[in-house]
Amino acid sequence: MTDLTHLTITEALNGLENKDFTSVELTQAHIDAMADAKHLNAYVTETPERALEQAQQSDKRRSEGKAGILDGIPLAIKDLFCTDGVQTTASSHILEGFVPTYESTVSGNLLRDGAVMLGKTSLDEFAMGSSNTTSYFGDVINPWKNKNRPDANLVPGGSSGGSASAVAARIAMGATGTDTGGSIRQPASFCGITGIKPTYGRCSRWGVVAFASSLDQAGPMARTIEDCALMLKSMAGHDPKDSTSAPKDVPDFTAGLTDDIKGLRIGIPKEYRMEGMSEEIDKLWEQGIAWLKDAGAEIVDISLPHTKYALPAYYIIAPAEASSNLARYDGVRYGLRVCDDGDNLIDMYEKTRAEGFGDEVKRRIMIGTYVLSAGYYDAYYVKAQKIRRLIAQDFTNAYEQCDVILTPTAPSEAFAIGENEEDPLTMYLNDVYTVSINLAGLPGLSIPAGLSKNGLPLGLQLVGKSWDEATILKVGQHIEKAANFTALPAIRTQKAA
Amino acid sequence: MSAIDIETVKKVARLSRIRVTDEEAEKLAPELNGILTWVEQLGEVDTDNVEPLPSSAEITLPQRTDLQTDGDCQDDILANAPETLEGFYVVPKVVE
Amino acid sequence: MAYTIQGETGAWELVIGMEVHAQIIANSKLFSGSSAKFGAEQNHNVSLVDAAMPGMLPVLNEHCVEQAVRTGLGLNAKINNYSVFERKNYFYADLPQGYQISQFAHPIVGEGIIEIDLDDGEVKKIGITRLHMEQDAGKSMHDQHPTKSFVDLNRSGCALMEIVSEPDIRSPEEATAYLSKLRMIVRYLGTCDGNMEEGSMRADVNISVRKPGDEYGTRCEIKNVNSLRAVHQCIEYEARRQIELIEDGGTVDQETRLWDPNKMETRPLRSKEEAHDYRYFPDPDLLPLEVANDWIEDIRKTLPELPDDIKHRFVDEYGLSHYDASVLIAEKDRVEYFETAAKDRDAKLTANWLLNELLGALNKAGLTLTESPVKAQQLGELVSLIEDKTISGKIAKDVFADMMETGKNPADIVEEKGLKQVTDTGAIEALIDEVIAENPDNVAAYKGGKDKLFGFFVGQVMKKSQGKANPAAVNEILKEKLNG
Repeated sequence: MTDLTHLTITEALNGLENKDFTSVELTQAHIDAMADAKHLNAYVTETPERALEQAQQSDKRRSEGKAGILDGIPLAIKDLFCTDGVQTTASSHILEGFVPTYESTVSGNLLRDGAVMLGKTSLDEFAMGSSNTTSYFGDVINPWKNKNRPDANLVPGGSSGGSASAVAARIAMGATGTDTGGSIRQPASFCGITGIKPTYGRCSRWGVVAFASSLDQAGPMARTIEDCALMLKSMAGHDPKDSTSAPKDVPDFTAGLTDDIKGLRIGIPKEYRMEGMSEEIDKLWEQGIAWLKDAGAEIVDISLPHTKYALPAYYIIAPAEASSNLARYDGVRYGLRVCDDGDNLIDMYEKTRAEGFGDEVKRRIMIGTYVLSAGYYDAYYVKAQKIRRLIAQDFTNAYEQCDVILTPTAPSEAFAIGENEEDPLTMYLNDVYTVSINLAGLPGLSIPAGLSKNGLPLGLQLVGKSWDEATILKVGQHIEKAANFTALPAIRTQKAA
Repeated sequence: MSAIDIETVKKVARLSRIRVTDEEAEKLAPELNGILTWVEQLGEVDTDNVEPLPSSAEITLPQRTDLQTDGDCQDDILANAPETLEGFYVVPKVVE
Repeated sequence: MAYTIQGETGAWELVIGMEVHAQIIANSKLFSGSSAKFGAEQNHNVSLVDAAMPGMLPVLNEHCVEQAVRTGLGLNAKINNYSVFERKNYFYADLPQGYQISQFAHPIVGEGIIEIDLDDGEVKKIGITRLHMEQDAGKSMHDQHPTKSFVDLNRSGCALMEIVSEPDIRSPEEATAYLSKLRMIVRYLGTCDGNMEEGSMRADVNISVRKPGDEYGTRCEIKNVNSLRAVHQCIEYEARRQIELIEDGGTVDQETRLWDPNKMETRPLRSKEEAHDYRYFPDPDLLPLEVANDWIEDIRKTLPELPDDIKHRFVDEYGLSHYDASVLIAEKDRVEYFETAAKDRDAKLTANWLLNELLGALNKAGLTLTESPVKAQQLGELVSLIEDKTISGKIAKDVFADMMETGKNPADIVEEKGLKQVTDTGAIEALIDEVIAENPDNVAAYKGGKDKLFGFFVGQVMKKSQGKANPAAVNEILKEKLNG
């Protein structure tokens, strides 16, 4: 039997349907691979027994002809989604040991459609980071290696680093991610996989630990566009429990993958050609443009004039919302409590939160508290929300000239663990191409398009109009075919060798 | 505009209910200053006639009918609590 | 005369504004589906949303919005088509989210006005600044354990209306009149039960003092004043405290104070070090609330007649005094009782009987108006018997006492006991003759100029008739006979 972990979700579903293998076999293959890949530290919590039980039930359903659209497919769930009966930590000490009695809408939708959960993947603490080095449960390692620095462990990107690492390392066929400023797309780019952040309101936020509520959006991470389309179909949909969830029908995203992109207008924003952009990234972008042009798409130069202000606006808005969203972690009802004899309530709050939150989370809570505080609210928070409108307006204007926007996903390849940490700002720059899309609420995806000189994957980003995930998936699939990205991360090539 | 000194760090930390030591406050001050100075580049943009955009959701606020559909789940809400007694959450004494 | 408090340096004027929290009558909470009923066992009316479990989100209860709008209309206020829920951030054991969802910059209801009725019959207008919706907090209990507090979240998330007045109130009396009128209005509207004992209506009182004509002084906010009596007491206490402080050369600090009904004093609630910075910002889990004019008008059509309108109608249509009208409207039941009893009768007389006799008797018996043995129709019939001179006012009192005891119809009582008024002049004449014959000395004295004795003769005649003689006829005939 071929290594089942190398199959795409679509291939695996065919194999299950053809009785080439069972979900139990498919799941067991992943559980074995997880055991071999422990050093990646991709999972905070592994749930092999539960997975095998779910796989058995899936096999039974399939034998009864009742299989759902993802039945029997082993997936990983980012540890930001609350899962009924399974520890949910947001990679934070403050939630260590927290076992929800409820299932998030998105993970519940996947289970409804028959998915098998392998475990909960690591992330930057409370999804705040771009390197997955802020998790309380340790750094996550990218399965790829820089061929010129083979001894260095690389970051998988973040915040959905555990999910990206797991999908790339073939220890999950797909995974859920969340994206507040680039947290699905940047790690997808770093790990050579595909990930889509849908339109704000497409996937319910109910049961997802909140970071910045007006920006957070769940989405799938997988190895192909088709797999992402399939997962998104399951994850998405209106949820009356989330007041920002849109009452929109979910299209059949896989049916829209026609590869016909002739006549589509592809916008190339000049402001994304930033100073100091690496030649490699520039070349990759040009290559992407060429592929689409060759397929009959029309290339249009567009302008998104406020691009440079997106990142600073984001670093006001996201911390402001986070400072309030994270106030509930106070040691009263769940999670960590630090309280010594004689402490009063305020002592307990301050000690619990000092010990429970990591440095980056504390920084952001304090920045957020500061920008909302009396005397600074207008100068920072309101100003940033005004800039946000200008950024959204930029996109509205641009979409009068084009249907899809093509840009690089991240300004660099995966870097070594420990790099970019001397100054918080250096790390923030990782999201320079992705945050505007969250501020405007638009759908965006990252697709692996090539390898760097160091042998590391690089992604291209496609940004669509609101609710038009279908078009970026279609264009993404064309890039997928043109790029023919078949390279494997070191962990899998070494194993194969 | 921003000038975050040690005292401001401590004040913000108190508002955030995060205990910081003097050493931590000294380390945090330049970090927070760096971030705030950087975001202040937003001042370059003229936003005089621009309405703030707090959310990109393009829908109106949904409302639910007034029915009792939830609650009565004391076990669930207390399940993860560090300390409970007879159905109450227990915290160190609050003095008003 | 405006209300002032005399200090050592002269008269001081009070400036008072009130923030009243009124719990909205609804089945479920403002943003969750758990029950909003009072009195459940601890932590039973609590959902995952109310306990602020990770990832939980608020969904607005449409009925609460309707109730807030209804109340706004009842306060003659502007309803805002666009309002915004914001987060008010602070930490407290019974505030699970670490923030209260409230409305701040854009409340659902804007400026309004209500009338208050003062004891001297004066009517004063008090401005309403705004009304907004917000979540209630849970409850912490501090007295159960030496070192611990217990937290119950049953009320966490219940819908409140905060109704803020202009600083138009100038005395303790006006403050209680304002609170009573507000309570009356929400009860008429059915938007809040106004029950201060259960805490479904609570007041925060802002008080400052100044020399008449001066600028506003620094105000203190007195929290959780939970009865009309406490409003009165805390204002008197706090005003005197501030006056003494200023006259001793001190200054009033703007601060939040707590009313202690046992010690009858206010004291600072929080130290200044803990000064709050609530960091309001629009709740990103909730979009702006938009309400259409058509919808507002539909609600307006369902409003009941409100107390002030009824009061004006009673004065204009029935000719009642302002005072009587304002006492009648204090409770919706009274209004209904009165209108039934007064239908096609002398309304002023009916009001007198209701306010002076019935309410007094009920009060003595410890009964409410709805429990009254004398039904509205029966009280009306009694008034009719007086009006058509079947019985005198004096006899009516006896009949009424009987009605209170037996619940019988007044006409039946009059019939059974033979209390019908004697208007037959022949019969009255006979009685008068008897009285004159029996009292020759007094007759002589009267004729000699002792006019005051006239009353004596009337009394004797009435006595002989067992109160049934028509007093007017007695007067007339007696005069003729004595002066003739």
